[in-house]
Amino acid sequence: MSTLEIRDLHVSVDTEDGPKEILKGVTLTINEGETHAIMGPNGSGKSTLAYSIAGHPKYQVTGGSVLLDGEDVLEMSVDERARAGLFLAMQYPVEVPGVSVSNFLRTAKTAVSGEAPKLRTWVKDVNAAMDRVQMDTAMAQRSVNEGFSGGEKKRHEIVQLELLDPKVAVLDETDSGLDIDALRIVSEGVNRFKENGDKGVLLITHYTRILRYIKPDHVHVFVDGRIADEGGPELADKLEAEGYASYVSGVAAAGTGV
Amino acid sequence: MTVTEAPNVASAVETTKVASHLHANPSYDVADFPKPNGREEVWRFTPVKRLGGLLDGEPSDKHLDIETTLPEGVTLTSISTEEARDLGELAPTDRPSVLAVANAGGAVLLDVPADTEVDEPIIVRLRGSSADDLVWGHVVVRIGRHAKASVVVDHKGSARYAANTSMLVGDGAQLTVVSLQDWDDDAVHLGRDAIRVGRDATVRHSAISFGGLVRLNVEVQYDGPGGSADLYGLYFADAGQHLEHRLFADHTAPRTRSNVVYKGALQGEGAHTVWIGNVLIRKVAEGIETYEQNRNLVLTDGCRADSVPNLEIETGEIEGAGHASTTGRFDDEQLFYLQSRGIEEDEARRLVVHGFFNDIIRKIGIEGLEEQLMATVEAELAKNVTGKEIL
Ligand SMILES: Nc1ncnc2c1ncn2[C@@H]1O[C@H](COP(=O)(O)OP(=O)(O)OP(=O)(O)O)[C@@H](O)[C@H]1O
Ligand SMILES: [Mg+2]
Repeated sequence: MSTLEIRDLHVSVDTEDGPKEILKGVTLTINEGETHAIMGPNGSGKSTLAYSIAGHPKYQVTGGSVLLDGEDVLEMSVDERARAGLFLAMQYPVEVPGVSVSNFLRTAKTAVSGEAPKLRTWVKDVNAAMDRVQMDTAMAQRSVNEGFSGGEKKRHEIVQLELLDPKVAVLDETDSGLDIDALRIVSEGVNRFKENGDKGVLLITHYTRILRYIKPDHVHVFVDGRIADEGGPELADKLEAEGYASYVSGVAAAGTGV
Repeated sequence: MTVTEAPNVASAVETTKVASHLHANPSYDVADFPKPNGREEVWRFTPVKRLGGLLDGEPSDKHLDIETTLPEGVTLTSISTEEARDLGELAPTDRPSVLAVANAGGAVLLDVPADTEVDEPIIVRLRGSSADDLVWGHVVVRIGRHAKASVVVDHKGSARYAANTSMLVGDGAQLTVVSLQDWDDDAVHLGRDAIRVGRDATVRHSAISFGGLVRLNVEVQYDGPGGSADLYGLYFADAGQHLEHRLFADHTAPRTRSNVVYKGALQGEGAHTVWIGNVLIRKVAEGIETYEQNRNLVLTDGCRADSVPNLEIETGEIEGAGHASTTGRFDDEQLFYLQSRGIEEDEARRLVVHGFFNDIIRKIGIEGLEEQLMATVEAELAKNVTGKEIL
């Protein structure tokens, strides 16, 4: 069982001119086994939502709540959230020089599951996970994400998703920068993860093409820090045809009225 | 955080006599090196008031305790000041080294005869018993022709210690040497490791500084073509601590090579590190190769890392010359990434700092020392009690 409940979430970032509100009241519940897609234009606050759920220190939560299976996520440190079962596949995975992928994966797995994985099966598991996303297993000896291509970084995120096997995964534009083959490989990884139990998935994307491979149960249109529209998979088709123009001009019109 | 990076590149100076500003004229005459006031170019980064009177040059008969196990064929003997000079040591180039030679009353000679190959590292443990003790040191390490040896000089305890150490590496010989400064906080160490690299000889020198107030000069010059020197360094400065490493690669022969890599971490209010990387490529030194880099990792606010590479070139005929210097904050994004995978903050910090020092530690080349150094780095990290608030 795993439910992620986001209630009226308000988030600000510090700027030179004081705090700036980015999320202006986001409410969203991902019930067990559900996949939700969030689509929205650049700068609408999609990554802010993802980072806020994961607990990035740059983002200040000024109101609202985030509950994972009833537990208050906002009270937890970043690592506690991960151990509670949250996973964020980042839009821009970070390079960590001098820390090998293999050491990183083992340390993370040990932290998340509370005990060191069995050495013999672990190496096999890592190699298999890398094979499945067609990542050269030799990359396990390289530093985390250092010098990886954009596509390799995204595949590495999926390797982590499969190995750490969280309850709820937030995927922030995991599809961007991937060619069509890589997109299929990465999508298959997400689908395998979903089949592993009643997993929740929050799929943040800019384009509808990934939704051909990963079927969302719900689609949310994100504009200016809020959910502007909600619907089933058919909403994605509408966005495909019409883009965000109708939602965005609505914001602009509201702006001129003030 | 304050950072200075001021690369100076002067090229093609048409002189036969070296008039380099990088190079003090070597001398055994104390009068040639007057007491600095701290405004001189070579002293401006050093807290001269905190050197415990070492620059005054008062005589003293105090010593460091020395403990070592010598392999077959290797000897450790006392020689006179004149004998040290006759062996071809490198004459002093600053006030601490000239005072050390003048006041030590003779030198210690560690001698590895020609054609001797020693597998086990020779560990020389030097222990100071009190910061009240003023100690003058004069050392010569001689590695005979085609000999091969590893030496670790391990400084611990406390003293006010100035020492001049020459390393004379014969033709075709191979020396791996580590100078480890793991002093108590109240120690002051003004050291000089001056290395003479023989024809086709290979030297790997590592300076590792964790404790005490340290100012260490590492100088290399070449007796003939084909000599190669790797100069590595690792340092970790805590609150109020000063660690200074001054490198000088003097390419005095053609087709020689120098490669300098120093890495340091700083944490706590007033932690100060200095790295000066001087390289002189003389007119005769055609076809040489040199590269130097210094990287600093600033873990907290209130630290200062000075990093100054200087390259002076008197010939255009070189294979390659370059330098790099970076000083960066501990990366919060790296920390977040690791934590977002469930790794606790302390462990995440350890991984990042491990990662930073990993490559340099692996290059030092003394078996058994790797783990010891990582353990020391981790102990240093654990001291950083205020880090959490800042990051
Ligand atoms: N430090 C900051 N100062 C001012 N504005 C900021 C700061 N950080 C983020 N923002 C703004 O917050 C808004 C939301 O950014 P966010 O990265 O969440 O958007 P996004 O929807 O993920 O966009 P994209 O599709 O480009 O990934 C943007 O307008 C961005 O400029
Ligand atoms: Mg984004």
